[in-house]
Amino acid sequence: MRRVRLYQVGVIAGLLLLLEALCLAGVIDKITMPPPHRIAVDLVKLLLAGKLYPEIGKSLANVLLAFGLAYSTGIVTGTVLHGYRTARETLDPLFATYYAIPVFAFYPLFIVIFGLGDGPQVLIGFLLGVVAVIVTMLNGLDRVPRVLRKTASICRMGPFETAVHVTLPFCAPYLLTAAKLALAYAFIGVIGSEFIMARSGMGYEIGYAYTNFDNATMYPLIVLILLLSIVMNGVLTHWEKLLLARRGQR
Amino acid sequence: MGDRAKSLRNTIVLIAGLLVFWQLMYAVIGEVAMRSPWQTMRYTVTLVETDFFWVHLTNTLQAFAVALVLSVVLGLLIGFALGLHRLSAEAMEPMLVALYSIPKITLYPIILLAFGLGMSAKIAFGAIHGIIPVALFTLNAVRSTKPILVKTGRVLKLSPPAMVRSILFPAAVPEIFTGLRVGFSLTLIGTVLGEMFAAQHGLGYLLMNAIGLYNVDVIMSVTFLLVVFAAGVNGILLAVDRRLHFRV
Repeated sequence: MRRVRLYQVGVIAGLLLLLEALCLAGVIDKITMPPPHRIAVDLVKLLLAGKLYPEIGKSLANVLLAFGLAYSTGIVTGTVLHGYRTARETLDPLFATYYAIPVFAFYPLFIVIFGLGDGPQVLIGFLLGVVAVIVTMLNGLDRVPRVLRKTASICRMGPFETAVHVTLPFCAPYLLTAAKLALAYAFIGVIGSEFIMARSGMGYEIGYAYTNFDNATMYPLIVLILLLSIVMNGVLTHWEKLLLARRGQR
Repeated sequence: MGDRAKSLRNTIVLIAGLLVFWQLMYAVIGEVAMRSPWQTMRYTVTLVETDFFWVHLTNTLQAFAVALVLSVVLGLLIGFALGLHRLSAEAMEPMLVALYSIPKITLYPIILLAFGLGMSAKIAFGAIHGIIPVALFTLNAVRSTKPILVKTGRVLKLSPPAMVRSILFPAAVPEIFTGLRVGFSLTLIGTVLGEMFAAQHGLGYLLMNAIGLYNVDVIMSVTFLLVVFAAGVNGILLAVDRRLHFRV
């Protein structure tokens, strides 16, 4: 484990040093990319100045909204769908092809329908995430041992009670995986749509900084977004591993 | 009912269901922002007959083809290189997963600055979407090759290239193919996204341009074509994928 960590730190440090060297040597010119240490300084300045906090807050609020909607809808749909075999089999081809469809291509359509506000962005984040949650949910429910379901019916539990007391707790690791996916997709959806066309938000600010050659804002913001998504992903992955380890899986 | 008949029936029911849903949405939202399935298909036929559509289509397809080749070649190389070395695989897999989950669209300005406006930026953007899934699936496929196969190779004193060619690759083909399928979709998404922001040609540009002109017909038709293309190819790849997995 230690060696793996060392390796990872080494790779990241190596890449940063390489970029730094290339920037300082002028192979990558200043207009294309400022050296990494400069970006770090700019990022600190940007965060201290606090001018972009409303934008960051707005993006994150939309991400959370899209995540919440996708997660709750996905879990409910997945749980209900698991009971109806024919419906599930009919939807199977949709689930299998869903992630091949460029959901972002619907963004223009949503803008025309809902207007250029938060609605289309949240909807894109929601649409990207919801199917991943449903599929993960179905996958987890498939693994619930028959004996647990039988026990539930012996205890005369209704479908709702069975879900809350038996199946969902059993699926905890899957719920976590689903949360991870939904969060990542909500992030991609919201920031991505802001970037394509919006009036505010982090993605919008990046696009705006780009058109104004404002590298001192653009690069720190990009780094901030990358860090946010990597940290969120990392925290959930870690939690997932702990949960799996406790159950003796993996 | 056989499996094939069943899946055919499911697909038909699903498509019919989606068409009904579309028609209902149209009834609710109306002419201002949407077109009915029938209107969209009719407009699509007229659109396909125009020359300017073909200019954009070939442009997108060219960029997509090059990006796909790059994704597959680089993805396979990275996947095999890391998969063959245990420590590298363990260390790099979580990093690749993290890269996979970042909103890559925010990297687009960097790519534009590095490659300039035009074809190469689109290709690069499509490729960064596709490389990671291909690499991830390949890495995991190589890593999870049955140890007995690898040991047999060692006993036969195979050189690393021979090992890859005659043992690891054939054993990993089904998983690699799944990677290619996912890589295909993501490369297409990446290429079209690249066109939506700062491009002068391609289907993505056509979409963004149509928003500017408030041309609902074009938006509906291009979205429809993209979805049909993506879903169609994915359906074929999925069938091959299942057959490959079944064989093993």
